[in-house]
Amino acid sequence: MINPLDQFKVTNIVSFDLGIIKFVFTNAAFTLVLSYIAVLLLSNVSTLRLSIIPGKSQVLAESFYNMLADLLCATAGSKAMRFLPLIMTLFIFIAANNVLGVVPFLFSTTSHFSVTFSLSILVFIIVLITGFVRNGWKYLNVLLPSGTPWFFAPLMFIIEFFAYMARPISLAVRLAANMIAGHVVIKVLASFVLLSGFFGFLPFMLLTILSAFEILIAILQAYIFTVLTCTYLSEAYNLH
Amino acid sequence: MELEALKYIGVGLSSVAMLGAALGVGNIFGALLNGMARNPEVKSEMMRSALIGAALAEAMGLFAFLIALLLIFAV
Repeated sequence: MINPLDQFKVTNIVSFDLGIIKFVFTNAAFTLVLSYIAVLLLSNVSTLRLSIIPGKSQVLAESFYNMLADLLCATAGSKAMRFLPLIMTLFIFIAANNVLGVVPFLFSTTSHFSVTFSLSILVFIIVLITGFVRNGWKYLNVLLPSGTPWFFAPLMFIIEFFAYMARPISLAVRLAANMIAGHVVIKVLASFVLLSGFFGFLPFMLLTILSAFEILIAILQAYIFTVLTCTYLSEAYNLH
Repeated sequence: MELEALKYIGVGLSSVAMLGAALGVGNIFGALLNGMARNPEVKSEMMRSALIGAALAEAMGLFAFLIALLLIFAV
């Protein structure tokens, strides 16, 4: 039996030894570079010829911008708009990598905890610094839900502290687990196609639907990551 | 009983968590349809909250799935 988790292995495409430095180009790095080039091309081409009446590609870029600006303004208020570059970068990076992961023979970088944890810890540190810079020690009010009786306060403080510290973990694990689960299910279903011989077209139809669902999940998870980042930023700006 | 067999029993038990995730996601979208039928004007706002809630509920099932995968392939 071929292990369905083999697809997440990082392998070397090109590697050469220079004596002191060993240069290795892995499939993960290849996909990251590819997503970078894709985003760069898309954003550059769409803003190449700007006009008041937008063309097709300009509508794409503008609708991305409008969606994320509306989202940030609605959840965190207009004062948080200075974080729009962070939000757009997060969404576009995660969405591009998730969608490239669905393409056959490409590596899905967001299924690795090292990638998702670095993203979520970046968000966590930014939110923490913003909260303390804007509110001072009052930011600790986040750990105390409003309307808590005084005799519950120490207990609630400890519980909320651990819930707060679990945020980057849950943020990272949600994204990576969704990607791993989707890819493993697709590979298991693909093995059904091979095993069932003539009747293989039945699981193949299911596989087609599931691949479309996987693309939906890829966009949705990027959206959810950005929405949760926005709500955390809203707490740093508005304290509840 | 052999330890190998116990491992697979654990995998099966951890997949019960999918039931909870399915119930949660179904509940959320059922409530969304209910709300949309009552007041179609706030559809977009409700859709956003519903998607966040569905992702949060689904994540719990996925954590269990991850543990099942770890039990089968990694332990």
